[in-house]
Amino acid sequence: MSDQNTNSTSLPVTGKQEFTITVYTENQIGILNRISTIFSRRKINIHNLNTSPSEVPGIHRFNIVIEETEEVIKKLVRQIEKQVDVLKAYFNTNDEIIWQEMALYKVPTDVIVEKVKVERLLHQFGARVVAIRKDYTVFETTGHREETDKLIAALEPYDLIEFVRSARVAIIKDSRGFHDKVKEFERRQPGEEVIENEFLDKQEEVFTM
Amino acid sequence: MDTLEITKKKTVSEPQTTTSISGSEAVLEILIAEKVKTIFGYPGGAIMPIYDALYDYREKLNHILVRHEQGSIHAAQGFARTSGEVGVVFATSGPGATNLVTGLADAMIDSTPLVCITGQVFAHLLGTDAFQETDVVNITTPVTKWNYQITDANEIPSVLAKAFYIARSGRPGPVLIDITKNAQLQKFDYKGYVKNNHIRSYRPKPNVRPAYVEEAAKLINSAKKPFVIFGQGVILGNAEKEFKEFIEKAGLPAAWTILGVSALPSDHPLNVGMLGMHGNYGPNVLTNDCDVLIAVGMRFDDRVTGRLDKYAKQAKIIHLDIDPSEIDKNVKVTVPVWGDCKETLPLLTALVEEKTHKEWLDKFEEYKQKETEACFDKDLRPQSGKISMGEVMNLINEVTGGNAVIVSDVGQHQMVACRYAKFNQSRSNVTSGGLGTMGFGLPAAMGAKLGTPDRTVIAIVGDGGFQMTLQELGTIMQNNIDVKIVVLNNEFLGMVRQWQELFNERRYSFTDIQSPDFVALAAAYNIAGQKVSERADLKKAIRKMLESDSAYLLEVMVGKEHNVFPMVPQGCSVSEIRLS
Repeated sequence: MSDQNTNSTSLPVTGKQEFTITVYTENQIGILNRISTIFSRRKINIHNLNTSPSEVPGIHRFNIVIEETEEVIKKLVRQIEKQVDVLKAYFNTNDEIIWQEMALYKVPTDVIVEKVKVERLLHQFGARVVAIRKDYTVFETTGHREETDKLIAALEPYDLIEFVRSARVAIIKDSRGFHDKVKEFERRQPGEEVIENEFLDKQEEVFTM
Repeated sequence: MDTLEITKKKTVSEPQTTTSISGSEAVLEILIAEKVKTIFGYPGGAIMPIYDALYDYREKLNHILVRHEQGSIHAAQGFARTSGEVGVVFATSGPGATNLVTGLADAMIDSTPLVCITGQVFAHLLGTDAFQETDVVNITTPVTKWNYQITDANEIPSVLAKAFYIARSGRPGPVLIDITKNAQLQKFDYKGYVKNNHIRSYRPKPNVRPAYVEEAAKLINSAKKPFVIFGQGVILGNAEKEFKEFIEKAGLPAAWTILGVSALPSDHPLNVGMLGMHGNYGPNVLTNDCDVLIAVGMRFDDRVTGRLDKYAKQAKIIHLDIDPSEIDKNVKVTVPVWGDCKETLPLLTALVEEKTHKEWLDKFEEYKQKETEACFDKDLRPQSGKISMGEVMNLINEVTGGNAVIVSDVGQHQMVACRYAKFNQSRSNVTSGGLGTMGFGLPAAMGAKLGTPDRTVIAIVGDGGFQMTLQELGTIMQNNIDVKIVVLNNEFLGMVRQWQELFNERRYSFTDIQSPDFVALAAAYNIAGQKVSERADLKKAIRKMLESDSAYLLEVMVGKEHNVFPMVPQGCSVSEIRLS
């Protein structure tokens, strides 16, 4: 269970800090709600949340970032793991994971053309051009929150048009055998197919009362 | 990652024949295959296809038409609690389904196995604010162990198989399956029904770790003042026998939560009484005196523990629970014994030494004497003044000999009923413990009776809670359900009034409640009844009620401003329990 992966932290029990929760789940409609209510019920704010298929079809992986005490996070993770459609849940401090967030910045093309300073700035932050249009250019950076925040601040005076960032994706440092285990798990008993509503666009074809 | 593994492979025997039936018929076939005999429900537009199919299954399935969906789910809870089987509920979409929410929350917090089937609008209408459409799956997510929406009849067999398995396995709980109308009507190839006994992502019980069992046994063997506190886990695990053997061998005094009470006979010499806010004196005070506290299938509810920072701080704590999330949730545990107590208790019994702890047991006896003199003598056998709730329970015990099922509502009478009622056998006390749902008593008693038809079922309700669900008198009348209803009428919302008296300077803010003529009301439903205000008439009236061969309502006028003592005031430690 969850407390088996908590070995490396020796934190004071009081005092909140950032934790990344990793959850492997079935690919089922409603599981997102079931997990998110565990936080909202206790009035805990989710800083960011990423959910997408894992490397194994049929199994999804969540990354949830919240700030809490270790005491609270342990209880939360047990509540998550208790859910029928959850395979496994872990929690880690920032020093136990490698993580990245991706960010996109949309800037007027003429500003870049005119102002060398902007180009230098983008170079300095390792930004990559994703799209160039006559009126705007989109850059991308990948890194930690503080780095993207710095670039936003730096671009602020130069007419930043739009900005968006992704949730955190995180790899656990001590995760030997994860991939094989997830693969083996799916191989031995494949997950069930998601059945979606096939009727939503058939309103006019069905007689109802 | 080490526990991410498949425990056992599901045994699949492919059914042979295929027949084309409707989703609705499949639902009913599956209920029969799951050996369901009783359904509590209420029809409506979105569940009409299932009710239409039910018309042809009337001989095989006993459907009880309730008067309100809340009544159906409380009845199913009562049924599940006395029978040990899964309670089944039918309700329609929208208001039908939302009326189940209180019962779902109650069943969730009290770990009661239920499968609720709700009708839903046609799949193509989902999200259009169609007539009687409500997002039932999302509304019920926090109050169900699992829920699912079916939009295609082909899903029905496997989803219902999961529903029953999830509801009854591990720590039981309520499951809700929402079925859109098109899926109920849809004809599909029904290949028969295979029960589910494995879901790859779901672990009903954690593996037992022998090292912890050994450690726990060592602590118990070294203890001078060991104390067992037990809850409904013993009953849900069918571990009454194993529990008794455990405490008898090690000579352990045992106190119960109100959901655990009937797991151990009331007159057992090691049964030392009730825990918590209105529990017994000894068990509360001595929680803070014991050296090893052994919790079995209970979850350290705040009404049991009082102030946590002053709760059993001197003791080493052993916690036996099937649900790993209960370990360390409220109380930090010295030794967690994870697992089904049906398995862990015998392991522990094998390792504990035979002892009697006579001196320690005498201490409980001393406290019992004190509280008997201070509270119980005048509560159970008052010589003057108004009738007390305690004496009503005392006389009921006398007449039933402790063989009846007692179903209580919520409030003062609940505390009195749970503390004083005598029980000879398990699954005899039905009450809303965790949620404290007023209105639970009457419908739960109907279900309790149907769950155990050969036993006497007595509902003990207050004048407040009774008025929340008294429409179910209609269900009792129509189905001839033999429940004995005792209304303890103090013309107040008594528990709140007691708090207002003790903590709000007698500012009785909206707790004074008027009632109709309950006996006349029962008569309107063709239910016999009697009202008693005088002590001299009480015993005879109780006898008359219990001798009648059908439902009966006995209204007893009790002291208006009687209080329930002992009491641990909120925010106090269990050892600060007050006798007056």
